[in-house]
Amino acid sequence: MFKPLQPVSGAAKVILGIAFFVLFVGAWSIATFGGHVPPTFLADPATMVREAINLFVEFDFAYDIAITVWRVVGGFVLAAIVALPLGILMGTYKAVEAFLEPFVSFARYLPASAFIPLLILWAGIGETQKLLVIFIGSVFQIILMVAVTVGSVRRDLVEAAYTLGARDGGIIRRVLIPASAPDIAEILRLVLGWAWTYVIVAELIGSSSGIGHMIVDSQALLNTGQIIFGIIVIGCIGLVSDFLFKAANRRLFPWSLA
Amino acid sequence: MSKLIIDGVNRIFPGVRGAAPTEALKPTSLEVQDNDFITILGPSGCGKSTLLRIVAGLDRPTAGRVLLDGEPVLAPGPERGMVFQSYTLFPWLTVQQNICFGLREKGVSPSRQREIAAHYVGRVGLTGFEHHYPKMLSGGMQQRTAIARALANDPKILLLDEPFGALDNQTRSLMQELLLGIWEQDRKTVLFVTHDIEEAIFMANRVVVMTARPGRIKCDLAIDLPHPRHYTIKTSPEFSAYKARLTEEIRVESLKVT
Repeated sequence: MFKPLQPVSGAAKVILGIAFFVLFVGAWSIATFGGHVPPTFLADPATMVREAINLFVEFDFAYDIAITVWRVVGGFVLAAIVALPLGILMGTYKAVEAFLEPFVSFARYLPASAFIPLLILWAGIGETQKLLVIFIGSVFQIILMVAVTVGSVRRDLVEAAYTLGARDGGIIRRVLIPASAPDIAEILRLVLGWAWTYVIVAELIGSSSGIGHMIVDSQALLNTGQIIFGIIVIGCIGLVSDFLFKAANRRLFPWSLA
Repeated sequence: MSKLIIDGVNRIFPGVRGAAPTEALKPTSLEVQDNDFITILGPSGCGKSTLLRIVAGLDRPTAGRVLLDGEPVLAPGPERGMVFQSYTLFPWLTVQQNICFGLREKGVSPSRQREIAAHYVGRVGLTGFEHHYPKMLSGGMQQRTAIARALANDPKILLLDEPFGALDNQTRSLMQELLLGIWEQDRKTVLFVTHDIEEAIFMANRVVVMTARPGRIKCDLAIDLPHPRHYTIKTSPEFSAYKARLTEEIRVESLKVT
């Protein structure tokens, strides 16, 4: 089991994965039930579960979750719609790359959260502003990573396509895009994960709904149980979206596996 | 008139960062008749692949010109089918879809595409593997598919750049017989680059030997062995005489580069 790079069986994998969660909750229980940490700083698991039920029953937390998911997905989809064609063009044509790459590389380092005050001025505190934060945080990352992926498609595949009579349009449509598709899907999965951190920051400021908003409210009431539950919910949604992405990739690109 | 005319073609690669330019190919002329099977034999790095890439249109000569049926070659095109040493099947397409790649680019109707693909799948002995992805195939099967893919376009000339170089000995012999069998039926004009002397003699009606870098043509030897050739011909006295002669020619060249 502990030989380098030796695979483990499916059952062992599941058990090990669950074991860590058990350990984690165990350590948390010892710290809180054992009285090592004051409840003001960290709620115990039982309190958290009680607060979680309370959130759903009294405060319609399901609505907050839905609104946050919608913001992430909305902003992310907008970013992907803009970034995918640009990234593919940049990867394909060196002139486009030379034109856009320096700016995109610069823009990529601008922290999306620093734009929030500006975006509130421009777009108010409505949904547009939330979507824009996600958009700014994701779009430049996707452009650059897609451009690199498309630009590194095996040259001999492109040459083979040329000798089979493909013209430039055919090279893009029938070689560059399909060859990079699995990696592009992987990039989208990765960036979607980052989008989750932006949405919470966006909701911490000037928001009246969403998981981030709930977390700020709970902080004012020193309700660490609710805060922790909010964070766990985000983690669970991330886990689910990761799973969905991976399942979709397996379906869409069977040729890239095994 | 000759099918293919290579007229005073040379190739000098510009020096990188002030280094002296490298002459890969000295001015070279070669005429290929219709239905010729010519092998270009030379030590590694002699510019034989460069010459083939220029005929394919994937590289431009520094001087000189290439004419196919009197038309100058300026870019890659489907009338010059190419099989590469590296495995260049499109991994996202099945065997059948790979073979149809060029036909689809030409706008052949889907039903006709499938007919042609089925024909060539049969010719290279891959019946039953039409719907396999390249990853599921052995190296020999991948190269057979690559040959079928090039032939499906019905090119005027078939160019092969050490196509069996990465295969094990047994597979390589079988592939030689397969390709020779196809040629004996179709008499398609072939230009085949290799560094393997037996391979060069077995398949060709003319062997062109190139010198060590910078490459030029050193000798042009007609192979007068009857068709159809069986692999047992490799042990015949005539074959051995050719082999002794070419081994000597190549040996002198190989000594220059080591």
